[in-house]
Amino acid sequence: MSDVVNPKAAELPRLSNAYQNWYRFSRNPTAVIGAVIVVLAILAAIFAPYITPYPQHAGAVVNFRFRHLPPSGTFWFGTDDVGRDIFTRVIFGLRVSLTLALVVLGTAVPFGTIMGLIAGYFDGWTETIIMRLTDVALAIPPLVMALAVAAVLSPDLTHSMLAIAALWWTWHTRLVYSMTRQIRSQEFIEAAETLGASKFHILFREILPNCISAIAVKTSLDCGFVILVGASLSFLGLGIQPPTPDLGTMVAAGSAFLPEHWWESMMPGFAILVLALGFNLLGDGLRDLYDVQEVK
Amino acid sequence: MTVPVLEIIGLNKGFPVKNGFGRTVDEVRAVDDVSFSIAKGEVYGLAGESGSGKSTIARMIMGLERPTSGDILIEGRNLGGGMAAAEKRKLVQMVFQNPGSSLNPRRTIGQSLRVPLEAMGLAGRKIDARIGELLDMVQLPANFAERFPHELSGGQKQRVAIARAIAVQPRLLVLDEPTSALDVSVQAKVIDLLVDLGRELELSYLFISHDLSLMRNFADRIGVLYRGRIVETGRSDAVFENPAHDYTRLLIASVPVVTAEEEAVRPKIPLIDGEIPTAEALLALREQERRNPTSE
Repeated sequence: MSDVVNPKAAELPRLSNAYQNWYRFSRNPTAVIGAVIVVLAILAAIFAPYITPYPQHAGAVVNFRFRHLPPSGTFWFGTDDVGRDIFTRVIFGLRVSLTLALVVLGTAVPFGTIMGLIAGYFDGWTETIIMRLTDVALAIPPLVMALAVAAVLSPDLTHSMLAIAALWWTWHTRLVYSMTRQIRSQEFIEAAETLGASKFHILFREILPNCISAIAVKTSLDCGFVILVGASLSFLGLGIQPPTPDLGTMVAAGSAFLPEHWWESMMPGFAILVLALGFNLLGDGLRDLYDVQEVK
Repeated sequence: MTVPVLEIIGLNKGFPVKNGFGRTVDEVRAVDDVSFSIAKGEVYGLAGESGSGKSTIARMIMGLERPTSGDILIEGRNLGGGMAAAEKRKLVQMVFQNPGSSLNPRRTIGQSLRVPLEAMGLAGRKIDARIGELLDMVQLPANFAERFPHELSGGQKQRVAIARAIAVQPRLLVLDEPTSALDVSVQAKVIDLLVDLGRELELSYLFISHDLSLMRNFADRIGVLYRGRIVETGRSDAVFENPAHDYTRLLIASVPVVTAEEEAVRPKIPLIDGEIPTAEALLALREQERRNPTSE
């Protein structure tokens, strides 16, 4: 810890933070596997019409000559009860799962983060109201909430997403709230206050950057959970309606033909497993990278 | 006579002591009827052990804590009444104790230095130019603006904190133990920098420290704080050569000495069990002597 200002030292090439993080990330095998799975799944979902062997099978195609065929070179994952290629339908099914995760977390995470920052920084009624609201929301299981909403409105994906997002933000609020409480008492926040920074500046420029890594970890882990909840809803017939291919719906449809035509529910089920696993590995890897402590 | 930069009159601060039911049962007098003033260009040292109320005084001057009673006048105008917070910030700024926590770890040095400049209403090119100027004033290379605090040494970080505090061109800088978190060799350089800046910018300093040896060289006048009260005040050489209060003597005696000459001018303190007594023990002993003058 020398204070000598060495002009040469200042000119030395400096590894950028982004590069340092990338290097550490690339040394973590589980994180890389997770990232590869997630990136491949996203690319496959985007380019589904171009990479699948029978893109027309994503719709209402009937082909009884080929029904219930086991996995083979022609039909990699086998065919279903009306003769459609399951591999094609699994790839298209990723679209639904990823959209679900994107929309739910795309609304729940920013909203939850802002509520958490506000509740953590301001005392009194603001804090009490927001935090008691999260207590109530956390007492309701998301699946039950989605079932209730689907029963009241109609069973479709939009309503399920709404129901899940309406509960999911509270997790992020609690995470960000506890971090904000901790960061708020640090000297750099007081310094910013005495320097005349606005409340907006303190919340979004001073506190938020210190929460981003924890939010990224939690969001990545959440993707896996949201996809599982979405698949569960579809399995129960409350998600996407046929003929749009959806992983949960396919597992449910295939279960009628178990065990002799096992591939019809096993293959989409396996896709759900890999997708959720990919997000969880990525989340764990990010946690190791940022050294974020587990937040209860 | 010119108006002092800072004048403190009869300042009190009590913290309520609450019982388990949240009822106030007692009050801790952190600051007890403190008055002093700082002239233009003067360095006023506030000495005292931890818990003596030094930092509470600093926090009240900065508006981070509200006084129970008493007045804080800045350039003759009362902080409590009328003076807008924005106006005050341009006159008084603070350097915090620990440079490790007074700079946001997720923001670059340049971003941290922008805060006071933006609050002042500067924009665009002017901000960048001023950041370079400020870094130059604290003898740091301009490219430090892109660095993060963890890439800097403790002394460099404290220089940045000083640059941030002088950004608004204040009249008074409150230094709350600015060197206590630094190595001894680095301390002297930071003090030198403060002396230079003080002369150049006609700054007044309120220098808060428990380290009397630092204070002797740096402060023009000293106030010794014990349990929230100023027990002794005067020109720093006078206080050092002829301390009037036992507590001051004790503080001076506690400064480590190297040479025999230094040992010779060290004030004599009665030892208890062969060791330098605590302030409480020494003052209790003196009180006893006052009551029974014969026992000596």
